[in-house]
Amino acid sequence: MAELAAVVGIGQTRYMTKRGDVSIAGLVREAAVNALRDADLGWDDVEAVIIGKAPDMFEGVVMPEAYLCDALGCNGKPMLRVHTAGSVGGSTALVAASHVQSGTFKRVLTVTFEKQSESNAMWALSTPQPFAVHLNAGAGGYFAPIIREYMRRSQAPYDVGMKVAVKDRLHGARNPLSHLQKPDITLREVEESFMLWDPIRFLEACPSSDGACAMVIASADLVAQSPKPPAWIRGVAMRTEPTMYAGREEVNPQAGRDCAADVYRQAAISDPRRDLDCAEVYVPFSWYEPMWLENLGFAGEGEGWKLTVAGATSLDEGGDIPWNPSGGVLCSNPIGASGMIRFAEAARQVRGDAGAHQVEGARLALGHAYGGGAQFFAMWVVGADKP
Amino acid sequence: MAGLSTQIAIVAYHQSDCVAHAGAANEVELIMPQLRAVFDQVGLANAQDVDFVCSGSCDYLQGAAFAFVAGVDALGAVPPIRESHVEMDAAWALYEAVLKIRMGHARSALVYGFGKSSTGELPTVLSQQLDPYYLAPLWVDTVSLAAMQARLLLDRQLITERDMAAVVSRSRKNAMANPHAQLSGEISVDELLEAESLVAPLRKSDCSPVADGAAAVIICTVEQARQWRVPYALISGIDHRIETHNLGMRDLTDSVSTRQSACSAGYRDGPLDVAELYAPFSHQEIILSRALSLDAGTCINPSGGVLAGNLMMASGLARIGEVFNRVVTGEARRGLAHATSGPCLQHNLVAVLESA
Repeated sequence: MAELAAVVGIGQTRYMTKRGDVSIAGLVREAAVNALRDADLGWDDVEAVIIGKAPDMFEGVVMPEAYLCDALGCNGKPMLRVHTAGSVGGSTALVAASHVQSGTFKRVLTVTFEKQSESNAMWALSTPQPFAVHLNAGAGGYFAPIIREYMRRSQAPYDVGMKVAVKDRLHGARNPLSHLQKPDITLREVEESFMLWDPIRFLEACPSSDGACAMVIASADLVAQSPKPPAWIRGVAMRTEPTMYAGREEVNPQAGRDCAADVYRQAAISDPRRDLDCAEVYVPFSWYEPMWLENLGFAGEGEGWKLTVAGATSLDEGGDIPWNPSGGVLCSNPIGASGMIRFAEAARQVRGDAGAHQVEGARLALGHAYGGGAQFFAMWVVGADKP
Repeated sequence: MAGLSTQIAIVAYHQSDCVAHAGAANEVELIMPQLRAVFDQVGLANAQDVDFVCSGSCDYLQGAAFAFVAGVDALGAVPPIRESHVEMDAAWALYEAVLKIRMGHARSALVYGFGKSSTGELPTVLSQQLDPYYLAPLWVDTVSLAAMQARLLLDRQLITERDMAAVVSRSRKNAMANPHAQLSGEISVDELLEAESLVAPLRKSDCSPVADGAAAVIICTVEQARQWRVPYALISGIDHRIETHNLGMRDLTDSVSTRQSACSAGYRDGPLDVAELYAPFSHQEIILSRALSLDAGTCINPSGGVLAGNLMMASGLARIGEVFNRVVTGEARRGLAHATSGPCLQHNLVAVLESA
């Protein structure tokens, strides 16, 4: 059995297109200082730093943790750099948790970031490789055909994606850190936004953001040293499958289903829609909400869109299982941090510390991240109750 | 029962030959032969037979975002597996796997690292690892930084150029027994000193050659090793520490973080028969062995070390593998393996291995 661990501090930056006022070091330090302050701790109170981000080409700095060591108070400490594609924010949280759950450390700081304004993510994702098929498409071009296949199979109404786009932006309008602030967004506005990668419209896609997210994770005996309620880590899981193989189910990937089953088993969840109070799920393109509702077992196959249409995932419509109350990736997307933001926002919910996007009475929440060609998955379940 | 007291063993190790240019071989082709070799050492079919997989690589070596994603194709990850990756030398991937086993979420793990540096100019590529606002724009390459470090040692009369050449001479001689080495042979200190400098005071022979390739290790709990009925070496300690990135704030003639890591890994708890030090430049081997106060009782870099062949992103893991080989064959009872990352030995990892 793993040692018990909990999130005792969370810090984020405001998310926006360009943080021209800070360096990369300034950005990560801002999130880290916010997390330490939230935990009422100082630099000397953390024993190791676990850092994650998506490809180094997004900022053009090779293995930037070497340079960020000073900004994160890491001199003389262990520092580990995780990189698992778009799921990295989630994976980094899990690797950080393993530092404590293994009994090796008592308290660690974990930070993820992306400063996408330093470079061009679309370019970085599309560098041609020798001896490989060149996908000059970026993420949207990769996922659009998979979404189209979901629409064909499920016979979902045409406007489900638009509804997700509106719902998450209304959630984001409750979150002062959210990059996009669109409290007046309408279905019609989404429908009329230009087509990026058919069927993904501009307003059905995530923005490109600068930002960082940090957490302090502590062992059970140190939890009381921080003033706010802890978010107990109740389950942790990762899964990977290859980008392509014969017979691969790309719409509803096996790795995602296996990862969910693993994390639910640890947290004693038999019916995620009933047992969980909310979920922060990596939805970078609107249609991924109904797709992941099915992949994560909140709805049967072909039924996910019905929850979206019924408002089950909406705070504003009083849904029973709010998804992405923070606004999610559709509102803020500093890629390397996006997964950790999901994990941290799930933790904020069960700490009762989510402000205007708090799901009332949330006790158990799922944090989810995915990456690559929907082939890398990282998930955790956090709870208000000590297991 | 998992936890800090869980005894973790190394049961298999293999590395590719160090070659200057692997030609058209892609990531999968570099990795797969190493994986096959370690699976065969234990009698496993594929990555489905271990509980966790962790790798180390660097996108910039290949010049591709997500270069490691292609590596997954070498694993046979159908059905899906538990897998993670560090943008670091694979010695740190091994560290992550140790934590996973200690927390009880795995009993065994495959760890591998790979790099194909021949696609670019490695010293220049790594200059972009420096502070992006103040240092990277100067394009100071790794060889030049190491040369400044060597100059500090020479100016303070802590070493001589003969000392550096002696390290190289011994490395080449030791490497004659290493079938994977890129550079080996009998070459005297005087012969080495006849060569002109590359970036003064470094001669080309003071710098590790750049190699393409991969290395793999399998670790597991002692119980698992016994079930598999394979010889094993115990990881009795492992730790790593990073130091300030600001070169002006470090004593570059010492390696404080190596000493910290080694102390925490318990390296002084017994005699060390062997030490494999990841010293990409000859003078750095002297810095490291002095930082650890290694004496004549410890055989340093019997494989030839990375001066005989440097598999970027896998050389740290290979140091652990080399010590494992010597402990498992009974050549050594106890040994130290070291990995480094960052300019001028900024970040260091030490593992202590013991015979079962």
